Amino acid sequence: MSTIAPLAAPPPAFDAARVRRDFPILEQRVNGRPLVYLDSAASGQRPLPVLRAVEHYETRCHANVHRGVHALSQAATEAFEGARERVRRFINAASAREIVFVRGTTEAINLVAQSFGRARLASGDEILITALEHHANIVPWQMLCEQTGAALRVAPIDRRGELDLERFLELLSPRTRLVAVAHVSNALGTVLPVKQIADAAHARGAVVLIDGAQAIPHSRIDVRDLGCDFYAFSGHKLYAPTGIGVLYGREELLAAMPPWQGGGDMIRTVSFEKSTYNDLPWKFEAGTPNISGAVGLAAAMDYVEDLGLAAIAGHEQRLLELATAGLARIAGIRIIGTAARKASVLSFTMEGCHPHDLGTILDAEGVAIRTGHHCAMPVMTFFDIPATARASFGCYNTEEDVEALLAALAKAAEVFG
Amino acid sequence: MDLKELYRDVILDHNRRPRNFGTLVPSDAHAEGHNPLCGDQLTVWLRMKDGAIEDIRFEGKGCAISTASASLMTEAVKGKDKAAVLALYGSIHALLTQQNAVPDASLGKLAALSGVREFPARVKCASLCWHTLGAALECSAALECSAALECSTATVTTE
Repeated sequence: MSTIAPLAAPPPAFDAARVRRDFPILEQRVNGRPLVYLDSAASGQRPLPVLRAVEHYETRCHANVHRGVHALSQAATEAFEGARERVRRFINAASAREIVFVRGTTEAINLVAQSFGRARLASGDEILITALEHHANIVPWQMLCEQTGAALRVAPIDRRGELDLERFLELLSPRTRLVAVAHVSNALGTVLPVKQIADAAHARGAVVLIDGAQAIPHSRIDVRDLGCDFYAFSGHKLYAPTGIGVLYGREELLAAMPPWQGGGDMIRTVSFEKSTYNDLPWKFEAGTPNISGAVGLAAAMDYVEDLGLAAIAGHEQRLLELATAGLARIAGIRIIGTAARKASVLSFTMEGCHPHDLGTILDAEGVAIRTGHHCAMPVMTFFDIPATARASFGCYNTEEDVEALLAALAKAAEVFG
Repeated sequence: MDLKELYRDVILDHNRRPRNFGTLVPSDAHAEGHNPLCGDQLTVWLRMKDGAIEDIRFEGKGCAISTASASLMTEAVKGKDKAAVLALYGSIHALLTQQNAVPDASLGKLAALSGVREFPARVKCASLCWHTLGAALECSAALECSAALECSTATVTTE
């Protein structure tokens, strides 16, 4: 018997069943079965505090921002700029001027490609990405390469879905102007060593963008600790509404970048001879923004911080381990993506049963998973498969959800056995 | 929603052992079909004689519905001319999309696909092969007009 008393009581177990009750959409039945939602990597659901914050804004505060002296316009501006400050705190940016509201990760990456990249890159320059990127972190760079003559380089992954860091470092050269990598792979779940990547890229003088779409709901993001220049994410992966996302950019870089879209709100003065532009971050926010989306995003950040990001991550990791072990017991299942560090994504195939058929069979059992190429066709090509089935976990998933997944897979094996 | 209605024994059998699977050499025409939504891909090869399909093969990667539908189609269209194929496609399309469609006798084993209509997301899987066959027939018709044409391809996506 130990004579040393524990310093503190162990942390209370994460009560996913209670969390689940915050998400009214999960209460329904689908195809006669209780809904088991395992598609949070595609889009998370919204908890009541987010829905209420949006409703409060829409029913009490809405008007256009930055424009009026009337009470509602001021309330809306306060809510919108308050949300920006909330985002700054959430990712520990140095200043709210570094927080640009966009539609989502895709728009954030396109903004960097067109505003940062187009003016600075030229023939002979290189952009370095990895082989596990989502199409949103491939195609904007291909478009930029076509426009500027720069070349796209791709660091390979291995059979486990891990980045080949050695090859990555070899491909990093004085010609590399920009490194754009996922923090977490949406198709494989791999967590990339982004801090190490950022350090290595900076040592070569390259600028670093991290696609954080899949990382933001699963870990505490500290952009200054990561040392990245740009960090992009979408609100809807973090239990906020769709159509709102964030581009974080280091102030020094954003200040030097030209506006991307022109219009209202992004200007200081306009004349037919010449217009001058607004300060950061509004220089990059032409037109009326998604105000209620920003309010919902701020509420979602409050929500996950109240639950505790580390507690959520720990819970999801347990579910991932449970599901991984369960899948390993089903004959014919092949897990795609077996990296040492994974977050909340479980991609797999079943011998003799196409992922599309799996998706239909699971849906009939009330289990919602994603099937297809997950907007990562090069990953499918690498593993020589047309598609995978993907289960992904959020803060509201329970061990019962994992059991339902395994039971539904057994049913699929029965149909196609 | 009854899975047994969708995955009938005939469907599962044709998925496991697709008929007329492979390439056809020589062929008069071929076409490639692609469903970008799910990544299904298939190629249909045709050999024509006197305006009718003398032989047909298909090859590709797809789900059970897509593979079985293509396999059943190849069995059903052999010996048929373009007009007869189009008429058959009309019947199949009605079967796949109309709730109250009663399979007419001309469909034969293709009637096994009737369960698909309960699963609207899967109708495209079943119709991909028919669109591809249509493209291959167009291709073969063009060849008749111009013997100098090499066997060409057509890529279709589903509706």
